[in-house]
Amino acid sequence: MTTPTKPVSRREFLRATSIVGGGLLVASYIDFASTTSAFAAEPWTASPEFVPNAFIRMTPDGIVTIVAKNPEIGQGIKTMLPMIIADELDVEWKNVRVEQAKLDDRFEEQWAGGSMATPINWTPMRRVGAAARAMLVTAAAQTWGVSEAECTTVAGAVRHTATGRELRYTQLLEKAATVTPPALDKVTLKDAKDFRVIGTRVPSVDNAAIVTGKPLYGIDVSVPGMLYATYVKCPVFAGKVASANVDQLKGEPGIRHAFVVDGGTDLTGLLGGVAIVGDSWWATQNARKKLQVTWNEGATASQSTASFAQQADALSTRAPQRVMRNDGDADAAMKSAAKVLSQTYYYPFLAHATLEPMNTTASFTNGRLEIWSPTQTPKSGREEVAKTLGIPESDITIHITRSGGGFGRRLMNDFMIEAAWIAKQTGTPVKLLWTREDDMQHDFYRPAGWHFLSAGLDTSGKPVAFKNHFVTFGEKGDKGDHAVRAADIGQLEFPGRFVQNFSLGSSLIMPFGIPTGWLRAPGSNGIAFASQSFIDELAVLAGKDPVQFRLELLANVQPGATFNRERADFNADRMRGVLELVAEKSDWAKRSKSLPKGTGMGVAFYFSHSGYFAEVIQATVAKEGRVAVDKVWVAGDVGAHIINPSNAENQVQGSVIDGISEALAQEITFEKGRVVQANFNTMPLVRMRQAPPAIEVHWRVTDYPVTGIGEPALPPAPPALCNAIYAATGKRIRSLPISKHDLSWSS
Amino acid sequence: MSITFNVNGKSVTTDAPAEMPLLWVLRDVLDLKGTKFGCGGGYCGACTVHVNGVTARSCQRPVGRVAGMDVTTIEGLSGDGSHPLQVAWKDLDVPQCGYCQAGQIMSAAALLKRNTKPSDEDIDVAMNGNLCRCATYLRVRQAIHTAAGQMAVQAGQTKSGSQE
Repeated sequence: MTTPTKPVSRREFLRATSIVGGGLLVASYIDFASTTSAFAAEPWTASPEFVPNAFIRMTPDGIVTIVAKNPEIGQGIKTMLPMIIADELDVEWKNVRVEQAKLDDRFEEQWAGGSMATPINWTPMRRVGAAARAMLVTAAAQTWGVSEAECTTVAGAVRHTATGRELRYTQLLEKAATVTPPALDKVTLKDAKDFRVIGTRVPSVDNAAIVTGKPLYGIDVSVPGMLYATYVKCPVFAGKVASANVDQLKGEPGIRHAFVVDGGTDLTGLLGGVAIVGDSWWATQNARKKLQVTWNEGATASQSTASFAQQADALSTRAPQRVMRNDGDADAAMKSAAKVLSQTYYYPFLAHATLEPMNTTASFTNGRLEIWSPTQTPKSGREEVAKTLGIPESDITIHITRSGGGFGRRLMNDFMIEAAWIAKQTGTPVKLLWTREDDMQHDFYRPAGWHFLSAGLDTSGKPVAFKNHFVTFGEKGDKGDHAVRAADIGQLEFPGRFVQNFSLGSSLIMPFGIPTGWLRAPGSNGIAFASQSFIDELAVLAGKDPVQFRLELLANVQPGATFNRERADFNADRMRGVLELVAEKSDWAKRSKSLPKGTGMGVAFYFSHSGYFAEVIQATVAKEGRVAVDKVWVAGDVGAHIINPSNAENQVQGSVIDGISEALAQEITFEKGRVVQANFNTMPLVRMRQAPPAIEVHWRVTDYPVTGIGEPALPPAPPALCNAIYAATGKRIRSLPISKHDLSWSS
Repeated sequence: MSITFNVNGKSVTTDAPAEMPLLWVLRDVLDLKGTKFGCGGGYCGACTVHVNGVTARSCQRPVGRVAGMDVTTIEGLSGDGSHPLQVAWKDLDVPQCGYCQAGQIMSAAALLKRNTKPSDEDIDVAMNGNLCRCATYLRVRQAIHTAAGQMAVQAGQTKSGSQE
């Protein structure tokens, strides 16, 4: 899935206010109302309010406290956004202390998703820091009776260039607080060559707390008088409690409350179940073993993975229900093509499986609700809680805790709503914690997808026709049937616009009833496997080198094809750049002579979240069929700056292994409307032994706006791996996971 | 019946039921939140602690079975985060979300106690029970080598110091 991103247009104002104690506080008004993202249609879209917002607090002891406004889920944002402010403020990083903000309307945008934090915040955060620096410069200039233009700053001090006089920021705080602040859009930003924090390897600000086991995460929250809660939902989604032995449970050791929650039908909201509340979570788990419940399972109980596959096959024999793109005449061109290939690609449902299971602590006192939650979207969580509990948003406080992984799971706030409901019902603070099984069986799954693909090549091996009938899952809506969350495909999907006769259509499996959601690089994480594997097959059919074939395809821009540069649309030059770079770094051209039997190299590229990534994987398939990834080479282009190279490299390596992990053995299946897998024994993640020994990360720095890094390195990994397996064994993987295929061979 | 054992060098006595997993006694009774719950089945290693110097999955170990034993958690690995593994973890910026890292470090610490110069293969074997959902495995491996090197230097200094 491409994720077209409109350049962020915003009006910004800045106001400085003197605060007690000689501190300098810079407040800014930021309007993100016209921000669009991959998730623009979703409920957390910003409201166009102008609200003040504090980021910086400087105190006479030289400490600069910078507020990190967004949820930290492991993407490094709690370190990165303050780095940007600190650089423009021109202070030394060692003097910076970072504070996590709670949900605060003055910040407008406080969410983690879509690799959007960098493109949204890059310029505003720079301006916040630069505005504060400008006020310190003015304060110094006034002190010396010189003009601001004669002054520079360096590492926490203002210097008068001509005389060499210097005043530390700490000496200027009181005066700076009286300076009229500049308009944010008028402040002078640093020349990139003067960056001193941006572009350096800055370890995460929470590392010391993490390696010493300090409480940081939602699961670590403890409040006075807190009880512990378990919430048992129907294994069939949105099923309701018909009857339950809650009176018996109340007599179990350590149990204070047990009650039925009716719940609704909205899969993202409060669903029916049984709440068990007690003195320890362990006690609630023991009581759970005694729970006897009869469920009204509902219509979803008839759904199964096998049935979905049958429906997809049936739909594939008909014309697509919806046409996304139709260039030229793909059917006619297919008939006259020199060579034609048709194949079906399939990828399964996946779970997020964040290592910290879903949890939230909530306290309801005197009509006010206080929540501590590891969420990616605190604001929409507050909206949903208010709606479900019938209390005003203004009576809800949300503390954003560090999250033990997000990957898109915590974009949904079902667990927060449950905790709030239970806290209100019991009148005591409660910590709701899901088991791993609850977590895996009540996720918002990466939707499975089928791509029925055909392509025709001319006598020179060039693709002249390309058809994709994408079968996905749908639901009824106000404007007719549509794909469920994270299950759609975009009309700009590659190789659209690079093949003369191209058609892309889709059909919907309905009814469905399974909750789906965004998993890291949503859409892209499956579509890339199908398209980049099939393109690899076409290279073989054409008798061409897979890199060369892709380069020729990238050069085959169709006359009249439009690319919307304003919306960060696919840019073939940038993709060619990373493809050539990864080919060079992996010594691609020399590979065939140097590799033993059973070892192969595969290549793939993908554009998502405004980022360009090309990857080469070398894999070895043992005779008995076991796959080992020997090495990975990555080339990425995310624009003009790698803000924190340490974290960027970590994100890329993690994304690549995540993609490999998904491809190798992960799958969620359904029987009778329930998830079959329950824990890491049946939904295996890659472990240390399977992790590639080396993943080289190479950056192609370009002049384009800087964009995010949490997701776009993932999509090329599954197809690069499958293409490597083909090179090693001649076996083409057309359905995931790889573990379901027999890859054994004999010499 | 109360159960007495040592946690990070201090004797503790709890009235928790003997079958209650050590993990929940540590977290919810003794308020030591560093040891994490990840799966409850012994698959992920987030709850790894040392019992009498050997790694144990605290979610699988009833507290009654550590009576009289020495339990070390991430909070007790060093008083101040100065264990070479903790230093290497910070310097190499290993964590992403960080949730698994206490368990990773405890497994690595047990490895370095019995093998002062582990090979990649040794590390693979010792660390294979610790899942990292963010997949920081390359840095975990690198940090263990770095810490092993640092410990060797420290050992060398101590040795030469004692000779003087």
